[in-house]
Amino acid sequence: MNTQISRSRFSKDPVQIRLSGAGGQGLITAGVILAEAAVVDGKNVVQTQSYGPEARLGASKSEVIISTKKIAYPQVTKPDILLCLSQDAFEKYFPQTNSDTLLILDSGQIEPQASDGRLIYALPITETAAATGSKVVANVVALGVMNALAGLVMPSSLREAVAKRVPERFRALNEHALEAGEKLAEPLKNRKETVA
Amino acid sequence: MLREQYSEYLRSEELPSVWCPGCGNGIIVKALVNAIAALSLRRDDVVLVGGIGCSGRTPFILDFNTMHTTHGRALAFATGIKLARPELKVIVAMGDGDASAIGGNHFIHACRRNIDLAAIIFNNAIYGQTGGQLAPTTPQGKRSTTSLLGTIEPNFDLCKLALGAGAGFVARTTVFDFHELIETLTRALTHKGFSVVEALTPCPTYFGRMNDLREPYEMLHYLKDQTIPQALEDVPDEAAQMKRLPTGIFKDEQRMEYTELYSQLCKAAKGAAVSSSE
Amino acid sequence: MPERKAKAKKPRLIQGNEACTYGALYAGCSFYAGYPITPSSEIMELMSRELPKTEGVFIQMEDEIASISAVIGAAWAGKKAMTATSGPGFSLMQEGIGYAAITETPCVIVNSQRWGPSTGQPTKTAQGDVMQAIWGTHGDHPVIVLTASHVRDVFEMTVTAFNFSEQYRVPVILLLDEVLSHMRENVCLPEPGERNLIERQRPARADGFKPFKDLTFLPFGAGARFNVTGMAHDEDGFPAQAAEADRQLRRIMNKIHQNVEKVALYEELHLDDARVLIVTYGITSRAAENAVEELRAEGVPVGLVNLKTLWPFPDFLFERLGQNVSHLLVPELNLGQLVREVKRAVQGRWLTVEHLGRVDGSLITPQQIVEAIHQLTGTKIPKEGVQQC
Repeated sequence: MNTQISRSRFSKDPVQIRLSGAGGQGLITAGVILAEAAVVDGKNVVQTQSYGPEARLGASKSEVIISTKKIAYPQVTKPDILLCLSQDAFEKYFPQTNSDTLLILDSGQIEPQASDGRLIYALPITETAAATGSKVVANVVALGVMNALAGLVMPSSLREAVAKRVPERFRALNEHALEAGEKLAEPLKNRKETVA
Repeated sequence: MLREQYSEYLRSEELPSVWCPGCGNGIIVKALVNAIAALSLRRDDVVLVGGIGCSGRTPFILDFNTMHTTHGRALAFATGIKLARPELKVIVAMGDGDASAIGGNHFIHACRRNIDLAAIIFNNAIYGQTGGQLAPTTPQGKRSTTSLLGTIEPNFDLCKLALGAGAGFVARTTVFDFHELIETLTRALTHKGFSVVEALTPCPTYFGRMNDLREPYEMLHYLKDQTIPQALEDVPDEAAQMKRLPTGIFKDEQRMEYTELYSQLCKAAKGAAVSSSE
Repeated sequence: MPERKAKAKKPRLIQGNEACTYGALYAGCSFYAGYPITPSSEIMELMSRELPKTEGVFIQMEDEIASISAVIGAAWAGKKAMTATSGPGFSLMQEGIGYAAITETPCVIVNSQRWGPSTGQPTKTAQGDVMQAIWGTHGDHPVIVLTASHVRDVFEMTVTAFNFSEQYRVPVILLLDEVLSHMRENVCLPEPGERNLIERQRPARADGFKPFKDLTFLPFGAGARFNVTGMAHDEDGFPAQAAEADRQLRRIMNKIHQNVEKVALYEELHLDDARVLIVTYGITSRAAENAVEELRAEGVPVGLVNLKTLWPFPDFLFERLGQNVSHLLVPELNLGQLVREVKRAVQGRWLTVEHLGRVDGSLITPQQIVEAIHQLTGTKIPKEGVQQC
């Protein structure tokens, strides 16, 4: 086993991840899949979510904390990674990031306002999902992107988690989405692109 | 039934009961004991659940597994008991307040589920234990301590309510018709499903005093005059029914009973669990 | 908090509400009656799938009053029974909880707290039902109130809730909250046999059994034809007044309060040298844990008590606090509930008790606790320990 692969490229432990977007974009499922993969890796993990009016309209979020140590406080205090799949979510959660935060956003959904020169990975996530078969799997494309860029969990664990948490009849579609996400991030893995 | 046989079912140390002279509840209890004896039910296998009010005192005096519950909830307690131990015969003694006011929701849902409980509604058309207040069963125009000028509210027909909600067995009779009451209760206890027996019973202390029927015999005659053995559908109109309430067994139909359906569900669930683990 | 991990067991990612359901099933719960309400509904959904597989009973009742009533009925028919709800439903259950208390009915009521009163914010968290859990029903009454901090803890405390309810013949209330109910964590659940399970004590014989004399219990249909009533009653279950009613009420209260040291569970951290003590419970204890770590790193001598049992209240714990402790901080997701008990328990002692409340539907953060303690002690890093006030 190559433990190098599974080591988070963030030396941070715990690593705090916030997945945000609009209700219905599957962010809770994405959080659960990522958490499940971390469990496969033998890590400690906490996954929480924001329900309520936010789950139907406006910004919705799901959070995952992964650590080799015990996780006490269960919610993200400062995100190490922020994924945004909607403009609302970006506007709501971008101010809570700092210069260390890895920002991944859907370039087809979000137009970042004048940025502070921060590094942002803006990728056509929903568009890629649609090309794979359905916009519905944008959440899993995003997971593929995020893991390729950040190495949060073993890629095989992420596959196992998808298989575990996705209904049988959608499995193939989601596996393709994961792959598409990983491919989408591939050219960016060793360089950082600035947007805006 | 002989006095000795009758007393076998009573908790003599709890007698006399709290019921007033002239109250009809004792007649319902006697009829119930007759029915249980006729069916040779073992006392250990009978659970008698009561609500709150005069009728709710029934569990204290009868020597079964007995439970005096909260106001209106007797059916919900009984549902728990029956589901937990389907082999027990669970009988519920309720007042009209229990069944149609505070526990109306539980009543309609017990009917809908058709769970095998025998529900006897001691309907005295008034709140006796709390001092003669208006009940949802007080006939329109009658007086109570909270409707001194006569109630403006129409009253519930509990049998129609039970029929509408899906009970398998629905009957109404009065304590005046003692032998019919025994026969009706016997059939209700035999019925597999939710059975409702509305037993009209006199409350001379409150209903009588408030409505010029002070003497117990006057109230018994009132019950007789107010009712008529008749099928519900034969009643020409609402107004006629208000005058003379039909009595009789209105429905005795077998349909799948809840605990049987639940048992089937368990078999299906077990089967599914086995096949998914294979 | 010991992190015990069995080597052979594979951890699973499970939700707080799932852990509660699995805990109940592990404890032998074979009857569930409930009514849907956010954020507790997943417990009911999972029960509806799991119980029929083992011929346990699941029923969705018409409301919460019916749910608790059916649970009590099932308990008297011999089942380990439970229901789960949230604030508004919990209020409806208070009538039945009183009945369960006076009739000494073993049963478990789970309340996943949400922001209230009334409909409030059903998907936002709170710890606002502490007082209702303890004092919610009418009249003096015995009840045990437990809580939990993390997903595995939810499992363990559900098992404990059943054990206490069986042992002491008392309704046990388990307080969860929206975040804990919906949160997922990696958990290794114990194998059958790994936890001690308590069953209600049976009397030696059914003949002459007195159902309200002591902790022994017989269900209906076991040959002892007794009466159960919500009225004040004697040892046989028949109406009692005056002296007997007084004696019986004191007996059912004492069976809990005289056993407070067995029932009042808690965890402690740095209690030996703490000058400032955080008294916390439930989900909030997790922020407190991080805050302690941070403050200790700064050199602030802070300790933590995480109460797993909220009632009976562990007065003994506060009576035994050393002279070293001068300040107490009670963070809660309410405007001041358990802090009243803490103040009562330390009254007459040279101690400052402060409350940190949050009621916007979010968790208290570690940073808020750190700041509150800085403020409380009046100095960021006390050199010579905290000044007595």
